[in-house]
Amino acid sequence: MMATDLQRSIDALWRIESPRVTAVLSRMLRDVGLAEDLAQDTLLTALERWPEEGVPDNPGAWLMTTAKRRGIDHLRRQKLLERKHAQLGHELASEQEQHWADTESAMDDGIGDDLLRLMFVACHPALSAEARVALTLRLLGGLSTAEIARACLQPESTIAQRIVRAKRTLARKQIAFELPCAAELRERLASILEVIYLIFNEGYTATAGDDWMRPGLCEEALRLGRVLAGLMPGEAEVHGLVALMEIHASRSSTRVDGEGRPVLLSQQNRAQWDRLLIRRGLDALERAQNLGPIGAYTLQAMIAACHARAPTAQATDWKRIVQLYDALAQLTPSPVVELNRAVAVSMAFGVQAGLDLVDALAADATLKNYHLLPSVRGDFLSKLGRLDEARDAFLQAAALTGNAREYALLQQRATDCSRATGRS
Amino acid sequence: MMRMMVMVRASRDSEAGILPTGQLLAEMGRFNEELVKAGILLAGEGLQSSAKGARVRFSGSKRTVIAGPFAETGELIAGFWLWQVRSLDEAIEWVRRCPNPFDGESEIEIRQVFEAEDFAEAPASGLRGQVSRLRGEP
Repeated sequence: MMATDLQRSIDALWRIESPRVTAVLSRMLRDVGLAEDLAQDTLLTALERWPEEGVPDNPGAWLMTTAKRRGIDHLRRQKLLERKHAQLGHELASEQEQHWADTESAMDDGIGDDLLRLMFVACHPALSAEARVALTLRLLGGLSTAEIARACLQPESTIAQRIVRAKRTLARKQIAFELPCAAELRERLASILEVIYLIFNEGYTATAGDDWMRPGLCEEALRLGRVLAGLMPGEAEVHGLVALMEIHASRSSTRVDGEGRPVLLSQQNRAQWDRLLIRRGLDALERAQNLGPIGAYTLQAMIAACHARAPTAQATDWKRIVQLYDALAQLTPSPVVELNRAVAVSMAFGVQAGLDLVDALAADATLKNYHLLPSVRGDFLSKLGRLDEARDAFLQAAALTGNAREYALLQQRATDCSRATGRS
Repeated sequence: MMRMMVMVRASRDSEAGILPTGQLLAEMGRFNEELVKAGILLAGEGLQSSAKGARVRFSGSKRTVIAGPFAETGELIAGFWLWQVRSLDEAIEWVRRCPNPFDGESEIEIRQVFEAEDFAEAPASGLRGQVSRLRGEP
């Protein structure tokens, strides 16, 4: 095998094995940072040895065994050190022997549990959302710091620091490498789901010309979601999130036109939606609904499914979507949900009904700087033929958006209104 | 990320309609489980023998239907997966871990799936447009 071929196949192998190796070492050592260091050492050993000695028959098992050995060596050294320093009594020493025995037998337990623990730790609420994203991509996605930096549009040094600080925070706060207790489970799981959805959306907002690592984040988030669904098959919201992501991802090739401009859902070419992802999404949604209770991700997936099921934009069941937004607004009240609900109401019950809701929302201070509010308002006003007001709303929205393409689109709509009324 | 079609070549047994042994089914089941756990398996099916299939041969505007079975066993497909992976090397690594699908010699072929982005460079009237038209879109 050529050296570069070998390098590439070791890279691929490491992508597959590194989360598992790191997870098992984390449990042995109770320290995620140290576990990752030893995992990296293991990779280096393979890179040194395999070109000369050849790749072992079962390279995955070789990596795991070598890593575990390093973990045990580390624990032994630590114990020797502790002996020297503290002159540990015989009793304590035998306790530690017992600890090793426990470690050894624990290592034979399911790796799945270790992976799940690693997910819970990487997504611990003690860390900031961006630290959780970086750590999850690093530890569970097996992405390099450089790749994460490219994907998140950040300098590599920023991501490296973020990861180092996150590991330090975990060590300082002595975050246990354990599955959360039942009382904490909901909140801790919500944190994992949030991180996966953040990663997905980071990729979803990628535009044409972006580095390919960015849209790749959608697929990585989907993969993490599917992995989590395998680890926690009884949690409805995990399947709900997977369903939501699969259905959104099914539209990814139709969301922008050839020039990179966003295409509205109603204008998208539905024949190009990915049927396989839709089917996977609907299957996951069914699992979520059967398990219950229905949470916010499942509700959003149900809304996405209404669109996915409609053969044409005109055939969309908007009354059903209004009902689902009603339920979502009850579960997670937010002005953004209300705005989406207003759009659904305008489609189901007429533009004026939608406009009334949006006007009521405009009084809400939290939406003061949210460009979609005047954007939606402008759309309703233009449909009602109130073009002067629509133009003002579009200009207001354009001034608020930070996205260049959206700015151009909103300016264009304002100009269209002016033209229609004969003003320049 | 990329999608890979991973195809198991047919064997004399699969063409004869002989079902895999219970042991192989169990091993394949475990392998499939690993693929699911890794989050890479999108779809996968086993195919019945070509005796239950047909071919339609095109020659200009003429179409001729040819009933199965087909002779060239080694070129036929007995099953496939669709995987989402990060590289061809990752797909190769997973195929290495697959149990041998048949007794003795067998072969699995890995092929990359075209994605929408692969046509992005083509002008609107190009391949992407053709694909749309083929699918009966405006």
